[in-house]
Amino acid sequence: MAERLRRIAPPLVFGIAFLALWEALVWVFALKPYFLAAPSKIFGEFVDNAGRVWEAAAVSGTNALVGLIAGTVLGVAMSFVLSRWRFLGEVVTPLAIALNAIPIFVLVAVLNNMYSITSETPRRIMVTLVVYFIVLVNVAKGLTQVRSTHVELMRSYAASEFEILRKVRVPNARPYLFTSLKIAAPASVITAFVSEYFGGSQNGLGSRITSNIANSRNATAWAYVLGACLLGLGFYVISVVLENATQKGGVHTNTVKGNT
Amino acid sequence: MTDHSPAVSVVGVSKIFNDGTPKRVEALVGVDLRVQRGEFVSLIGPSGCGKSTLLRLIANLLEPTTGEIAVNGKTASQSRLDQDYGMAFQQSGLFDWRTVAKNIELPLELKGWDKAKRADRAREMLELVKLPEFADLYPWQLSGGMQQRIAIARALAAHPQLLLMDEPFGALDEMTREYMQGELLRICAETKTTVVFVTHSIPEAVYLSNRVVVMSPRPGRITTVVDVNLTGERTEDTRNADAFFHGITAVREALRGTHADHANAGAVRGVEDR
Repeated sequence: MAERLRRIAPPLVFGIAFLALWEALVWVFALKPYFLAAPSKIFGEFVDNAGRVWEAAAVSGTNALVGLIAGTVLGVAMSFVLSRWRFLGEVVTPLAIALNAIPIFVLVAVLNNMYSITSETPRRIMVTLVVYFIVLVNVAKGLTQVRSTHVELMRSYAASEFEILRKVRVPNARPYLFTSLKIAAPASVITAFVSEYFGGSQNGLGSRITSNIANSRNATAWAYVLGACLLGLGFYVISVVLENATQKGGVHTNTVKGNT
Repeated sequence: MTDHSPAVSVVGVSKIFNDGTPKRVEALVGVDLRVQRGEFVSLIGPSGCGKSTLLRLIANLLEPTTGEIAVNGKTASQSRLDQDYGMAFQQSGLFDWRTVAKNIELPLELKGWDKAKRADRAREMLELVKLPEFADLYPWQLSGGMQQRIAIARALAAHPQLLLMDEPFGALDEMTREYMQGELLRICAETKTTVVFVTHSIPEAVYLSNRVVVMSPRPGRITTVVDVNLTGERTEDTRNADAFFHGITAVREALRGTHADHANAGAVRGVEDR
């Protein structure tokens, strides 16, 4: 217990000190609220607007979650296809790199044109795309980069390609999937916020932040930022919990051993 | 029955990689080798002599360019499909996501054995390698020597008559290595398994083998076969016996011959003799 306390105390103290300094700066220099709001004020706004922050968080969170699930399913499916037919990888990879090279958020403007202005679909597609590439690249690596000793062993057992897939490639790819989810989960939330800046309904956290700033309600905007922060954190925690719950064989599976 | 056929028969085998391209490599030429049942035969030689290639040809992980290979009187591919042999590598090749017992059961799973029978056999194999209390641990919780013993247990799980080993003790420290050599001989004596063993350690080859097959590179071929006459059970005293030193001298001289060839070919590379 004391050990646990010693571990969480320093970041906790640092966090409190940071907030205290922020608060002090605002009061000492009498900073105008439109320049920088005090943490106490932000927290007050957060509590006062809790219902509305929650509603906006639900909208952005749903978009992020739908995209995260769809992107993961598609990414995993595609990685199986690419690992089975390697030549496809050579065909698709340049396109994937090209797609990743463009600032991908601009696509949301294009997507908004394709759907009605109040539709959440463009945002969800946007999240799906971002998650898809993260998952695809990692899981495909896990499926293909298996140890040559393992493959030789399986061949010595007269195992079929399908058995090698089931007993070697898939288990080998598992830690890669969870690593990609840990990256993709926060990215899905960020993508959901940012895609709200390109028009459409003004109902999510991202659009609430901009509209409050536009109306000089800075502290309220910060309250929505706090909500966004908590939502992103929540997604990350979910991915970590998921990983721990499904992890057999312990931490070691995260390190990928090379061949000598 | 084919009981009197040799465990391994290699006749006129050559293996050429990248034939017809500038990267053409004659890995093996004109190789003939017979291994009798119950024999322990080591393949030794400098790197590039094709000893691992020869082992993989016997295992049917590679196809020969010319020549015939038979294992237990069957073609090499048929005996692979029948899982007639077990195989162990320098890296234990254990699966991190399977427990020790589940690792040993893997070849049996692929043979379609039912669960109870597999569990019984895994227990039996763990007794054989003297690690019965480690069944439910994961491989990374074990030392390198223990992992290699599990790999041997897995190779022997289906009770194959032939064991093919590619420098299985190469990554172990000297003490563990000598212990493992003793264990391997004990296990092979108990299970009456034929062994083809690739190594680059002269003492290891001499200590373990009935015959040591000396190979030379460029192109890979068999130059000499040294009969080792270490009688009966090996003990720690065996390593101080005259016959052991005679064997080592004979193998070393045979290797020097290949070494001179090697030097004449313009590339000198030492033969590790640990």
